[in-house]
Amino acid sequence: MKRHLLSAGDLTRDDAELILSTAAELRELADRPIKKLPALRGRTVVNLFFEDSTRTRISFEAAAKRLSADVINFAAKGSSLSKGESLKDTALTLEAMGADAVVVRHGASGAPHLLANSGWVRSSVVNAGDGTHEHPTQALLDAFTMWRHLGESKPGGLEGRRIAIVGDVLHSRVARSNALLLNTLGAEVTLVAPPTLMPVGIESWPVQTSYDLDTVIPKADAVMMLRVQRERMQGGFFPTAREYSRRYGLDGRRMATLQDHTIVMHPGPMVRGMEITADVADSSRSVIVEQVTNGVAVRMAVLYLLLGGSEPAVGGEE
Amino acid sequence: MVLDARDITRALTRISHEILERNKGADDLVLLGIPSRGVPLAERIAERIASVEGYDVPVGSLDVTMYRDDLRMKPARALLPTKLPPGGIDGRTVVLVDDVLFSGRTIRAALDALNDIGRPRAVRLAVLVDRGHRELPIRADFVGKNLPTSLVERVKVTLAGVDDADAVTIFGEVAS
Repeated sequence: MKRHLLSAGDLTRDDAELILSTAAELRELADRPIKKLPALRGRTVVNLFFEDSTRTRISFEAAAKRLSADVINFAAKGSSLSKGESLKDTALTLEAMGADAVVVRHGASGAPHLLANSGWVRSSVVNAGDGTHEHPTQALLDAFTMWRHLGESKPGGLEGRRIAIVGDVLHSRVARSNALLLNTLGAEVTLVAPPTLMPVGIESWPVQTSYDLDTVIPKADAVMMLRVQRERMQGGFFPTAREYSRRYGLDGRRMATLQDHTIVMHPGPMVRGMEITADVADSSRSVIVEQVTNGVAVRMAVLYLLLGGSEPAVGGEE
Repeated sequence: MVLDARDITRALTRISHEILERNKGADDLVLLGIPSRGVPLAERIAERIASVEGYDVPVGSLDVTMYRDDLRMKPARALLPTKLPPGGIDGRTVVLVDDVLFSGRTIRAALDALNDIGRPRAVRLAVLVDRGHRELPIRADFVGKNLPTSLVERVKVTLAGVDDADAVTIFGEVAS
C-alpha cells in the first residue's frame, strides 16, 4: 500500500500534480479568518528530528496543526546510541503512542526508509531530510513556487522550463530531490558546481551538469542557490570561501545577466556573502520568503493526502 | 432523461425569481456554489438575477471535501476550489447552490464549512433536483424539480460548459 513519502523519485507525475493542486487550494486558507480545517482531527503527527532544523520542523508543525492534527515534537538531538538501535527503540515508543504519521529528519541517509520498511511502526513515514540523500517536501515546495511563477495554469506544468541548481550539490539532499521531481514534471535541470562538489554517479541523474555558472544562468527560468554545507565537509573542497563566492556565488553582476522573468530561489538557511549576496537575496527576483509560505501549504497537502482518507492517495509503494 | 436543457433553463429562471422574492431584492445576497456542478448553476442564477434586477450578485464556490463525514471512509480526495467573493459573507444572505439534494450530508458539511468562513445573516439552499431520501433534518428553500427516486437509482446532472449538454438523467434499477 502507498503510505509513505520517502523519495521525490517515488512520485508519479499524477501524484505530484495532485499534491501541487491540493497545495494550491490549501494556500488560500492563509487569507481566511479561521486558518484551520478539520480534516485530520484526532490524528497524531510526530515530528521526529534527529538533526537540527527549525524551519522544517515549524513548517510541518504548522501544517499539521492547520489540519487539526495533534502534534508531538520529538527532538532526539545528541543521542549517542548507535543508529539502528536508537531508531528502533524510538520507533517502538512512537508506535506505543499511537502515531498516525512520523515526520522524520535524520543525519543518516536511508533512515526514513529503514523506519518505513522495518515493520516497527504502522504509521505513515514522511522523509523530512535524511543525510545527503533526499528532502522530498522541499522539492515539492520548490516545484510549487516555480509553478506559481513560471508554470501554466495546469498544476506542475513546468514542461521545458530550465532550472539551474547551483552550489554544494554533493552534500545537498535538496538537489537530488529537486532533480528527480523536476524531471518528473518535465523541467530541464542543470546542476552547476565545482568538480569537487559534484556527487559520484551524477551521470545516472536525469540532469545536465556544468562547472561554469556564467554560461548557464542567462538561459535559466529559475536559479536555485544551495548552501555550502561546511558542517558536512571534512577537508578542502575549494581553496577559499572567497574563491568559491567569486566562481559560484550569485551576486548583483551575475543577476543582471538573468532573463526578466527568472526567479532566484534558496532552500534556506542562507549564508549571505557566500553563495548569495544580500542585494540578490533581497531583490524583487528573490522568492525565498515565499518558499517558506508555500512550504506550509505543500506539507498540508502531503499530510492530508497521506492521512486524510481511509488510505493514502499518493506516495511510494514501499 | 427527466429534464432537458429547456426544462433546466425554466427551473433556474423560476428559482432566480423565488430567491429575489424571498429576499425582497438582490441586496446583500451571495451565491455560493458547491463544486463541481453547483458552481455553474450559481453563475447561471446570478446571470438571471442580473438581467432582472440589474445587480451583480457576488458568486463564489465552497468546497466541502474536508468537512465530509465520510472523509475517512474513502481514499483522500482531491480538493475543489473554494473562492469567496471579495466582500465576504459576514452579514449577508448566503444561498448555497447544488445540483442534487439527496442524503443532506453534503449540505451539513457545507454549513460546517461556512461556520469557519464567517457569519452570514441567513443561509438558504437552492438545488436543481431534490431526489428525497434525506438522512439529516435538512430541506431546500428553492427546488428546481422534485424527483421521487428509488435508492438503487442514480441521478446525473450534466451542464453545458462543464459537460456536453444540459440534462438531468435517471439511471435505472441496476440488473441484479
